[in-house]
Amino acid sequence: MALRLDVPPKAVAGPEPGTGKKRRDKPGSWKLALKRDWRLYTLLALPLLYLLIFRYLPMAGNVIAFRQFQPGGSIFGEKWVGFKYITLFINDPSFWQAFQNTIILGVLTLVFCFPMPIIFALMLNELRSQKFKKFVQTVAYLPHFMSVVIIAGMILQNFSMTGTVNQIAESLFGTTVNFTQDPGWFRPMYISSEVWQTMGWGAILYLAALTRVDESLYEAARIDGANRWQQTWHVTLPAIRPTIITLLILNIGTFMAVGFEKILLIYNPLNYATSDVISTYLYRVGLESSNFSYAAAIGMFESVIGLTLILSANAISKRLAGTSLW
Amino acid sequence: MVNKTATAIKGGAAQGVLIKDMKVSRAMRIFRAFNLVFLLLVVFLTVYPFLNIIAQSFSSEGFINAGQVNLFPMGFNTETYKLILADSTFWNNYGNTVLYTVVATAISMVLTTAFAYAIAKKDLKGRSVFIGLAVFTMFFNGGLIPNYVLISSLGMRDSIWAVVLPNAISVFNLLIMKSFFENMPRELEEAASIDGLTQYGVLFRVVLPLSKAIVATMVLFYAVANWNSWFQAFLYLDNPDLFPVTIYLRNMIAGVTTAGSAGGTAENVGQIAANIQSVTIVLTVIPILCVYPFVQKYFFSGVMLGSVKE
Repeated sequence: MALRLDVPPKAVAGPEPGTGKKRRDKPGSWKLALKRDWRLYTLLALPLLYLLIFRYLPMAGNVIAFRQFQPGGSIFGEKWVGFKYITLFINDPSFWQAFQNTIILGVLTLVFCFPMPIIFALMLNELRSQKFKKFVQTVAYLPHFMSVVIIAGMILQNFSMTGTVNQIAESLFGTTVNFTQDPGWFRPMYISSEVWQTMGWGAILYLAALTRVDESLYEAARIDGANRWQQTWHVTLPAIRPTIITLLILNIGTFMAVGFEKILLIYNPLNYATSDVISTYLYRVGLESSNFSYAAAIGMFESVIGLTLILSANAISKRLAGTSLW
Repeated sequence: MVNKTATAIKGGAAQGVLIKDMKVSRAMRIFRAFNLVFLLLVVFLTVYPFLNIIAQSFSSEGFINAGQVNLFPMGFNTETYKLILADSTFWNNYGNTVLYTVVATAISMVLTTAFAYAIAKKDLKGRSVFIGLAVFTMFFNGGLIPNYVLISSLGMRDSIWAVVLPNAISVFNLLIMKSFFENMPRELEEAASIDGLTQYGVLFRVVLPLSKAIVATMVLFYAVANWNSWFQAFLYLDNPDLFPVTIYLRNMIAGVTTAGSAGGTAENVGQIAANIQSVTIVLTVIPILCVYPFVQKYFFSGVMLGSVKE
């Protein structure tokens, strides 16, 4: 009894951080918090200022989608024009072409680039030699550390008329294809390079999850007579399911932003029919033709769809799988 | 379950079990062989484009033009290397890349560490708001045009600041660092503050010295991202003397520059360009390739740290 009575006064009196739980209950606590933690708040000042200027100010800057914008004038535009720019892009066939390309590339990316790292991680996991596993991992992560400019250079060279892919095509079919200019070949070129770039590094989180699978689960499965394949299906996959779902949600969130920088580097007017996506289209409209408000309207549309996608993916997975980002 | 095994053995099925075992291991062996071949193929396909670029960089135009260069150089040629290495713009741009990487990484580290340390304190008032402000920017951003308008109106065009400031904080890195700080034993900090250290003192004298691994990882993450970045520079820099080497390479790929003095033999501009591009790619990649084997384990551990706690 004496001991128990002793505890509360000590906690209230203790000035050290770590006993803050008791303090939170006190009224007027902002004053107290500032008094106790002002040093922490000074640490926060610059990062928050950074967020405000470089992240939140541009968000507010989206109002120019509804306003007349004068280059060199206010970043929030000059006067209201209502939905002028919104109706403009809704009636713009080039925009819808880009929209369609974005959806197609986004779906292809999800279908081809999302499962590959999972398969790769599972296959790595079956290796018995740790040395060989390390070696394969080290090599496979490499493309992740390359600048997109270098990747683009490699793509254009490998798919050029005299590049490796055409050398193979020539020896197998006796013909060459102008991969880099033919609209029909842009998607295969883009997706295959995307798989090449992302498969290795994408596996890293799955590998991390795989190391945490409880070994006794496999033992129990073996005793129940499960073969290797059944063990993978019934033990390994359920164990990494939260990771798969988390990454799927994140991937859906970047659906609309499909490889903007890469496409900008490897596309050309000859294959716009399949290669031009919303982000590259608004780049040309906005920064090459200086239609800032018009491009901002398109950009805002893209961001809102992106946000909606990730919120709904998160909500669906929360309900169906019990896994969510927040 | 133990009983089952026991009855199986008792039932004199020892032979049967043996055969079944061999069957399993044969299927297993086939799978392992397939797995090995598959993974070796992955390794080859990953490395091939690099080898191809290196081969092209040492080949002469004639062979590249004829589509004969794949794994090994044809018609060994180092003239292009001499040409690029003698180009003062290339060296100037390379220097810019180093400068931007160092400055941007330093800024990023200061901001990220300060931010992460503060929001790792679970009893900091307003903590969830600060975290929310950061995380929201992962899923929603102002977009290209408002950013461009902002940077221009801040007068940052054609200056180093347009390259090093706009992406100073990576929220992903911030969250990794935050979870590292959160997992530090509280007793350490409590002991230090009882010893009379302020929160600054705790951060600089206790926490940071114990966080060398995570700090190293973060420096690597930021440094690689900055070394590789090109788009900020592409958008905001007009003066070629300020370009990083990625823009030098980009302009070459886009055919904006026909690689300076290389135009001497103008018979096959496209193919000569292929050779020059390869040389530039190799020269840009070398620093990363040299450092990569030694630092890649830090990247892995960084991601592991971040994924332990969602």
